[in-house]
Amino acid sequence: MTISLALRGVQKRYAGKEVLRGVDAEIPAGEIFGVVGPSGVGKTTVLRLLDLLETPDAGEIHYRGRAVRRGSLESLEQRRRMAMIMQNPTTFRATVFENVAYGLWLRGVSEEDIRGRAFAALDFVGLLERAQEPAAQLSGGEQQRVAFARAAVLRPEVLFLDEFTSNLDPANVRLLEEATKRYRKETGATVVIVTHNLFQAKRLADRVGLLLDGRFIEVAPTHTFFENPSRPETRAFLSGEMAY
Amino acid sequence: MIDWSAVAQIVALTLLVAGTSTLIGAVLGVPAGAFVALKKFRGRNFVRTLAFTFYGFPPVLAGLLVYLVLSRSGPLGFLGWLFTPIGMIVAQSLLVVPIVMGVTISAVMAVEKRLHDTALTLGADERQWRATAIHEARIGVLTAVMVGFGRAVSEVGAVLIVGGNIAGQTRVLTTVIVLETSAAHYLEATIFGVILFILAFAIFAVLQRLQREGAV
Repeated sequence: MTISLALRGVQKRYAGKEVLRGVDAEIPAGEIFGVVGPSGVGKTTVLRLLDLLETPDAGEIHYRGRAVRRGSLESLEQRRRMAMIMQNPTTFRATVFENVAYGLWLRGVSEEDIRGRAFAALDFVGLLERAQEPAAQLSGGEQQRVAFARAAVLRPEVLFLDEFTSNLDPANVRLLEEATKRYRKETGATVVIVTHNLFQAKRLADRVGLLLDGRFIEVAPTHTFFENPSRPETRAFLSGEMAY
Repeated sequence: MIDWSAVAQIVALTLLVAGTSTLIGAVLGVPAGAFVALKKFRGRNFVRTLAFTFYGFPPVLAGLLVYLVLSRSGPLGFLGWLFTPIGMIVAQSLLVVPIVMGVTISAVMAVEKRLHDTALTLGADERQWRATAIHEARIGVLTAVMVGFGRAVSEVGAVLIVGGNIAGQTRVLTTVIVLETSAAHYLEATIFGVILFILAFAIFAVLQRLQREGAV
């Protein structure tokens, strides 16, 4: 089993408040790993650290067995193997096609390749017909699908999904979840998903981790996590008895 | 009786002085504003506050400063720019640059907040991110230039002091309105006022059209 991502004793503080207190986790290549936990517990921080958008105060982020630091020479190369879809769809002031092509332009891909890959990615999320429309004119769900296509077109080895379907209608939620599963199946990519929606974690993840008090309290295969959790905190969280 | 050839010359000089000041404001203010918005450095907040403070910089004070610098006994007196259109452009640029810079800072920072992480997670390096941010802020940057032009074309204190309102040489629409009003030539002053308004309206209409075209 190849370990794709690992967090080793990762700590992070914001304005003096300790958010992560030594997070340890290993995520095998090709796995969909779900991160659940109460609000404000640091789930998004874990994703941002893994995506090298932030630097841990202590501890290390490992990618394929090697520690990578934000700002290091290899970090750009590393970041280009990953992509994140954030909670709120953020599109560039450009057409749908140009949004999807953005990452490919950054990488110096030829115009011909860009056209082929961007149109295929738009087809993947059912937005091929809208390619020439301004992205800002799309609905929230459609903009999130653009964001998915914009990330998927880069064929990242690791895909981070941060509450990527919250506030979306059920049809778009289903479409994006199906797209995530298809993307993993077709590329073998590792997917880390942060979600408040336990049903979504159940539907998508191979393993789930509960983040609490700045560390993973329990990490287990999805079925075990939901049906037979080992920790009382997990049982309390799943049953809604945990006050936070 | 209005001398229309003199009016045409005043209009042309008004456009030349305000237009050149705006151009200088854009050339200096846009990159400076983008730099302040995108680069974290010591004293960044101070520079931002300074730029915003200069929004309200009194034109007469700018005129006085430029007058002292360009006067015969001043450090740049040897240039002979006092009471010339060049001196007026220098004075107006002093007013326009901080405005263009300040509005650009706001426009680019708004983009930074919204899109920085998205661009980075899609693989942008710092240089590519800066280009993206300026491109995304293009509507705001054009607004900055429009506000700068508005400041320049409507300004009277600085050009009056530095230019001297010399007929046929440094007389612009705002200074001729002051002159005609002080001479109780209200009809002439009003006509010049209407011309100034139409001129500004026409230029802003063109700039607004450009803004709409850039707003994909």
